[in-house]
Amino acid sequence: MQVTLRIQRFDPEHDSAPRWQEYRVDADPMARVLDLLHLVKWEQDASLTFRRSCGHGICGSDAMLINGRNRLACKIRVDQLGRRISVAPLPGLPVVKDLVVDMDGFFAKYRSVRPYLINDQPPPVRERRQLPQERAVFDDTTKCILCGACTSSCPSFWARSEYVGPAAIVNAHRFIFDSRDEGAAERLAILSDRDGVWRCRTIFNCVDACPRGINITRAILEVSAAIVERTT
Amino acid sequence: MLDSGPVIHEFDAVIVGAGGAGLYAALELARDGVPTAVISKLYPTRSHTGAAQGGICAALGNQEEDHWEWHMFDTVKGGDYLVDQDAAEILAREAIETVIELEHLGLPFNRTPDGRIDQRRFGGHTRNFGEAPVRRACYAADRTGHMILQTLYQQCIKHGVRFFDEYHVVDLLVEDGLSRGVVAYRLADGALHVFRSKAVLLATGGFGRMFRITSNAHTLTGDGLALAYRRGVPLEDMEFYQFHPTGLAGLGVLLSEAARGEGGILLNGKGERFMERYAPTLLDLAPRDVVSRAIYQEIRAGRGVDGKDYVWLDVHHLGRAVIDEKLPDITDFARIYQGVEPYTQPVGIQPTAHYAMGGVPTDVTARVVIDERNTPLPGLYAAGECACVSVHGANRLGTNSLLDILVFGRRAGRDMARFARSTELPELPAGDPAERVRGELDALRSRQEGEPPARIRKELADVMMDDVSVFRTEETLRRAQGVVRELKERYHRVRVQDGGVRFNQDLLEVREVGYLLDIAEVTVAAALARQESRGAHYREDYPARDDTNWLKHSLASRSDGGPLLRYKPVTITRFTPKPRTY
Repeated sequence: MQVTLRIQRFDPEHDSAPRWQEYRVDADPMARVLDLLHLVKWEQDASLTFRRSCGHGICGSDAMLINGRNRLACKIRVDQLGRRISVAPLPGLPVVKDLVVDMDGFFAKYRSVRPYLINDQPPPVRERRQLPQERAVFDDTTKCILCGACTSSCPSFWARSEYVGPAAIVNAHRFIFDSRDEGAAERLAILSDRDGVWRCRTIFNCVDACPRGINITRAILEVSAAIVERTT
Repeated sequence: MLDSGPVIHEFDAVIVGAGGAGLYAALELARDGVPTAVISKLYPTRSHTGAAQGGICAALGNQEEDHWEWHMFDTVKGGDYLVDQDAAEILAREAIETVIELEHLGLPFNRTPDGRIDQRRFGGHTRNFGEAPVRRACYAADRTGHMILQTLYQQCIKHGVRFFDEYHVVDLLVEDGLSRGVVAYRLADGALHVFRSKAVLLATGGFGRMFRITSNAHTLTGDGLALAYRRGVPLEDMEFYQFHPTGLAGLGVLLSEAARGEGGILLNGKGERFMERYAPTLLDLAPRDVVSRAIYQEIRAGRGVDGKDYVWLDVHHLGRAVIDEKLPDITDFARIYQGVEPYTQPVGIQPTAHYAMGGVPTDVTARVVIDERNTPLPGLYAAGECACVSVHGANRLGTNSLLDILVFGRRAGRDMARFARSTELPELPAGDPAERVRGELDALRSRQEGEPPARIRKELADVMMDDVSVFRTEETLRRAQGVVRELKERYHRVRVQDGGVRFNQDLLEVREVGYLLDIAEVTVAAALARQESRGAHYREDYPARDDTNWLKHSLASRSDGGPLLRYKPVTITRFTPKPRTY
């Protein structure tokens, strides 16, 4: 089927502001938006720039704003979108070129919540024991692929870019609720800061945007509750 | 920016690639206090280790009796006896401590009811030297690779590893038989950076993008192999390339062997469980080369679905609970990309280009070796899919790739730390060390007329898929050789359309096509020379394994007339070659 693809373009060496460009492509209804972007890049305009790697929703490279929602280009099909498809970079992040945004700030926030197991006890000879029900508590937040779709869909983040954002909180949650971890206190201290969890207004944009189906708002509320529990 | 001089960095250790092998090496070095840089053409969490699904084998014996000797035997037999057995012994023994260490580092494995690491069955992994499938694969749902990548990246952050994200390494600095560092191109602004270093690790992964149908990321273009090859390092066993039996039909996206490990079955278009005819003992859990050939044979006999080029993978009988808990991601792939519901419907699958058994030759400490006598190239290391130790021989067993990157990535890091302490920073080559690659890039960018790279890449992927995949003959290989030569010729006139310096992906895609062409030429030459069938290399004109003449590794070196082939012996310690049946 014929699809009209409107892509937001920005060449930092020539453009003073982003502009829209239209391309017409012949697409299979089962094709993904990533396939369309490749059709344009490989057959019409090689200067079109976007990140992608695995091509099946696990590496998190190709999150972008597609028909007004943050999604992975490799995980949304033409038949789910229709004949007119608009593609723009993730909102709220500095645009580097075309659909590529600067993720450095996003990853700096991720690093700020100490996203690694903290446990200074000497490990046993064999594995640390963890019951299936203990693991289940943080299973959902282990799915995060750091694509940035949630944080860049969050109105609280748009309003204040210092907000640590849903993705960083999800990754803090993954350790705070891991029975093997002993770093909850220091992470909760970081997240109780004025740019921590309290900036969440439970708008649920993040949950809609997450390509991994993580219940992000629930995770944020669980972290908030843990902070309250510790301070009362 | 290309006309200014390069930025110079100095590190004791430089790691190229941020998948499991690179990150584990980096972690070892950082824990040892060695100044280390990791250079990746992606953000590290985008690396393709994250796409590995099913599990990582180690004879923990958490579910039933198991021994590392059994694991070693399965690995050797799975590799059709081309495996170097000293390396396979290390792999199987160190698997146990490596998996335990991953758990200590925080990896959220699935658990048994009493809290130990859960284990499940996987293709080719057996108890008591081939009797029946064994529960050996440790896993985190069907995102084991994702959790490994995340855990190692997290630990690297904790230990202060320096990351250079979105830098493409474009040349290796090797002079007078010594590795001296690398040259990298920074995608953000087109600047060249020289990394002067005592030890360099190549951990750049595979090159599945050589084939039309592949499970591999778009970015897997064999960069590390091609750069080493161009600097005089031979490539080992490149004729052995694995096709995974269960790629999503038409797309190649991987559906893990875990689907069959949990009890899923393969059916042909007539609804027959055809593996009963090809592997009566292990059935659907036979090794991948065996299953992929069986699928091709069913399709050739007209027993594909509706006579087409795919068959069914059926998991519906496992029930929703098992599917949701243990196979959530891959059943999602079927829903998203094929529009089928695995709770009730079978999924169309076909073999997909998946894994290179061959690569840059190394010894068991991951040092690159450059000839038949295993002479090391001081300072240069390789680990993971881009390397050939060789633990996979002619065919890799499922889960052994995750194990390989971890065991030998860790060993690389340890030996690099030792080496870095024993030596001074090497001198950089005189003059501008980036001169050669600057010339190559300038030539590409200044060309006004020429062919776009996408067409060359597509034609390469087509011929490799049609003529150099699961079944090969002299005729198909000769045809492929001609096409690859012609494409290499056309590549001299390829044109970069994007004239900018900032985030110029077009320029780097052109480089990547060049890497694929070099590696394809080697693959075809090595496949043409090997007149036998072994593991994943199946020659219809030489259908039998020939231990008398061909129980040896190939080494392909670059020359003006094309790849030059030499051979080196296989290391055999415990298991003498026997006929391979399942």
